[in-house]
Amino acid sequence: MFDRRLVAYFDWGLLGLTIVLATIGVFTIYSAVNAGGPTYQQNLYLKQLIWFGIGAVLMIVCFIFSYKRFDQYAVIIYLICLGLLVSVLVFGKFVGGARRWLMIGPMSLQPSEIMKVALIIMLAHYFSRHLKKDGLTLRDLIQPMLIVLMPCILILKQPDLGTAMILVLIAGSMILFCGIGRRTLLLLVTAGAVSIPLVWSLLKNYQKQRILTFLNPERDPLGTGYHIIQSKIAIGSGSVSGKGYLEGTQNSLSFLPEQHTDFIFSVLAEEWGFMGASLVVILFLLVLLWGLNIAHKCRDPFGILLVVGIGAIIFWEMFINIGMVMGLMPVVGVPLPLISYGGSSTLTIMIAIGLLLNVSMRRFMFE
Amino acid sequence: MANYLNKIEIEWFKRRLTYILFTIIAVFCLLVVRLFYLQILSGNKYRQLSANNCIRLQTIGAPRGLIFDRHGEMLVDNRPSFDLSIIPKDADPVDKTIAKLAAYIRVPETQLVEKLGAKKGLSAYKPVVLKRDIGRDMLAAIEVNRFDLPGVMVDVNPTRHYINTQSAAHLIGYMGEINSNELKKDEFSGKKQGDHIGKFGVERSFEHILSGQCGGRQVEVDSSGRTVQVLNAVSAKPGRNIYLTIDKGLQQKAESLMTGKSGAVVAMDPNNGQILALVSSPAFDQNAFAAGLTQKYWRSLISNPLHPMTHKAIQGEYPPGSTYKIVTAMAGLEEGVIDANTVFFCPGQYRLGNRVFRCWKRSGHGKVSVEKALTESCDVYFYQVGQRLGVDRLAWYAKACGLGVRTGIRLGHEGDGLVPTAEWKKRKTGVSWQGGETLSIAIGQGFNLATPLQMAVLTSAVANGGYLYRPLILKEALTAEGELVSRVEKQLVGKLPVSNRNLDLIQRGLWQVVNGKRGTARIAKLKDIEISGKTGTAQVFSRKTNESMKEEHMAYHLKSHAWFVAYAPAGNPQIAVSVLVEHGEHGSSGASPIAREVIATYLEGGTQTLELKTDKFLDG
Repeated sequence: MFDRRLVAYFDWGLLGLTIVLATIGVFTIYSAVNAGGPTYQQNLYLKQLIWFGIGAVLMIVCFIFSYKRFDQYAVIIYLICLGLLVSVLVFGKFVGGARRWLMIGPMSLQPSEIMKVALIIMLAHYFSRHLKKDGLTLRDLIQPMLIVLMPCILILKQPDLGTAMILVLIAGSMILFCGIGRRTLLLLVTAGAVSIPLVWSLLKNYQKQRILTFLNPERDPLGTGYHIIQSKIAIGSGSVSGKGYLEGTQNSLSFLPEQHTDFIFSVLAEEWGFMGASLVVILFLLVLLWGLNIAHKCRDPFGILLVVGIGAIIFWEMFINIGMVMGLMPVVGVPLPLISYGGSSTLTIMIAIGLLLNVSMRRFMFE
Repeated sequence: MANYLNKIEIEWFKRRLTYILFTIIAVFCLLVVRLFYLQILSGNKYRQLSANNCIRLQTIGAPRGLIFDRHGEMLVDNRPSFDLSIIPKDADPVDKTIAKLAAYIRVPETQLVEKLGAKKGLSAYKPVVLKRDIGRDMLAAIEVNRFDLPGVMVDVNPTRHYINTQSAAHLIGYMGEINSNELKKDEFSGKKQGDHIGKFGVERSFEHILSGQCGGRQVEVDSSGRTVQVLNAVSAKPGRNIYLTIDKGLQQKAESLMTGKSGAVVAMDPNNGQILALVSSPAFDQNAFAAGLTQKYWRSLISNPLHPMTHKAIQGEYPPGSTYKIVTAMAGLEEGVIDANTVFFCPGQYRLGNRVFRCWKRSGHGKVSVEKALTESCDVYFYQVGQRLGVDRLAWYAKACGLGVRTGIRLGHEGDGLVPTAEWKKRKTGVSWQGGETLSIAIGQGFNLATPLQMAVLTSAVANGGYLYRPLILKEALTAEGELVSRVEKQLVGKLPVSNRNLDLIQRGLWQVVNGKRGTARIAKLKDIEISGKTGTAQVFSRKTNESMKEEHMAYHLKSHAWFVAYAPAGNPQIAVSVLVEHGEHGSSGASPIAREVIATYLEGGTQTLELKTDKFLDG
């Protein structure tokens, strides 16, 4: 079963990029929680290293078996994750007004993160069997919509708007990639155009306010608006070459909220300046281009769709996170892949990269 | 064939992958351009902003809702408090600034340093409050020397001002700094460390109505912390004003009557359950709480043997004494063990087995009917009613009368009272119920416990034809602009288990208590208003061992509690009153004159001139 070619075709480049980004991440987390003097979180970077260790094991597990197996077990994997989401709502740990975590021994896991990968596998499984040259019809879309909606509703109940939004974006990207028939597209666009004002008129006033604030943080100058201003000051003050590692003042004086998770890019940009920040952005671009290349070489619809879906996770999370801290995007709690602190999100991204490696090293199988 | 189709699919995929490529490149260009704009084009501007850290967030406190009485008389107001604080970063060097400040305002330096030290872990940009509510002299000293005191600020914050200090202290309550347990509660999700919240009384119960929503502003400050410009502001939303059901005049009258006594007065409108006065004596000074309690005052409150911090009207649980005979009479009549014509003979004592139970009147009451038994508070009559009923039937009636459960008044720490049953005693003490205990229960002694509020609710129900209302303290809530937010409607919680005929009989007995020739509360009779009521004397310890002793010769803490419950006018009740005076000796002398004055004040707006009779009536 084990093919010598698997070693020959192993994608060292992608692994290298991953290691570089993860290293940058751990160093930035160290700065984020230590620059302002010792805090109770000062050992967070060590915990993140442990997460990467566990993630590496999962990554290996994910590329040892052929990704075809994931196609075979797609439905089971999806249902297990759905079950985990239900159990979070029942047994989950209540932290900060939301029920997102499931305790497994000493670890707390966020099943909504793992759902991202399960959803991609499930959708790739479905679309690889229903592709049409002249695009998907409305009928083809009913099932995938249900596949997305079920976890979304469960996640919104926790409540976790950010993750639910990412799921919709991932699914939307995959659907667009597969192509929608002209008539169906027209129908969906009109339906959307009609329903948005309708839904808007049904909303209560405070809900409207919340959505408007979400779209425009300036409306809430004491909360998110203030955070965004401070984040922009942090990034902007980094200037060309930054203030130097561990020297970020915005970070060390705790002007930034969540500086080790959602706002980690601000810390990085403040300390490393335009040179460091754009380097990280370019590294992400490389990862995505690498993924496109894998998809390009892959000869199997399931594999291509899998890669496209994983690319969509990395793309959207990176874009929303960096866009948010720079004041381009609404404020949503979305981590920056491989950089932000977080157990479940790190494990998920490592699994996702394991799958990319998997598809990459098995490209010869169809030659 | 299949392979051929597949191959076309793959080519098709490749075409679509190029679309993705273009999208990704476009988005990355956007991100890099934005980075370029923030870091290179605006880099200098942001570097400066970060160097001074001059964008600050200041909160604007929201004025708390005011509290009025039922007629719109103000009870609680807000006044400005000048709070002195310092931003350590702007005050650099902090030690020197503090030393100068201490010299200007003539406060020991250590006192200020102490405050600063407690907040060491916090950001140097967060203001630290050094002294709250500084006086005019200090304020002037600071204003004059402003230039010399960088980073020192005086904020104006609204503080509570209780207009009539000590008045309705337990009802209105006080405020205090939020603690870590309260911060975890959902109810206070909008609050942060250092905020003040209602801690007791109405301030606590209606916190959600009274507390406003803080506003704030983003300001740009110069290097010594002075505001250069306001960038953005959100105005504070004031809390709602509330109107209580109490009558300020009546409340103060009742308080003055209780001066020097320990106990409680509850006055209630029997037609809707609205509380007209709620007094617990002695009281405490709420303004001392608003200003930040001194250790000394707190210790004096805690060590006071009269327990000024206990809200005796709702927390205090006392044996109801003879006021409980209303319940015993009702149970006896309804269960048919007695009727209007049943007569028992009272020789001054009653023998059960080999124990002798005394009537309060040694010489005995002679032939007694139920009406006369109420009027003269004959113990022997009710011993026999109790014995015929048994403890559990009696307990059922007591519970149906609202005893043994909270009345549901919107104040914290309300007492349950206690209605004992045979099962309860077995569970609690492991000892079976004794027949003699039923006799004690029947006259309101023994394990029985009731709060003055419970007795007021029961008296109201007797007065209004049997309707038990939930006691209300909030009448309505209005916005600061005077718009009605909510009005509280009367809430019926139960009905007395009594027929109209039997209730009439009880009412007649209670009328005789005050107006009859041999009533135990003749002292409470008013010239123009007919009062009905019932006295009670609750023994603090068992009298058997000290039979010969007279109340007035006992030590204070051994003297009986005095009860009086009443309503008036008898024909068309407008007010029900329950008075309890701790160690007031006798209900007739210790409590009923207070109830009389409260009723007279409410119904006539003043006291009738009546000579206080000095003869004492004893009752069981």
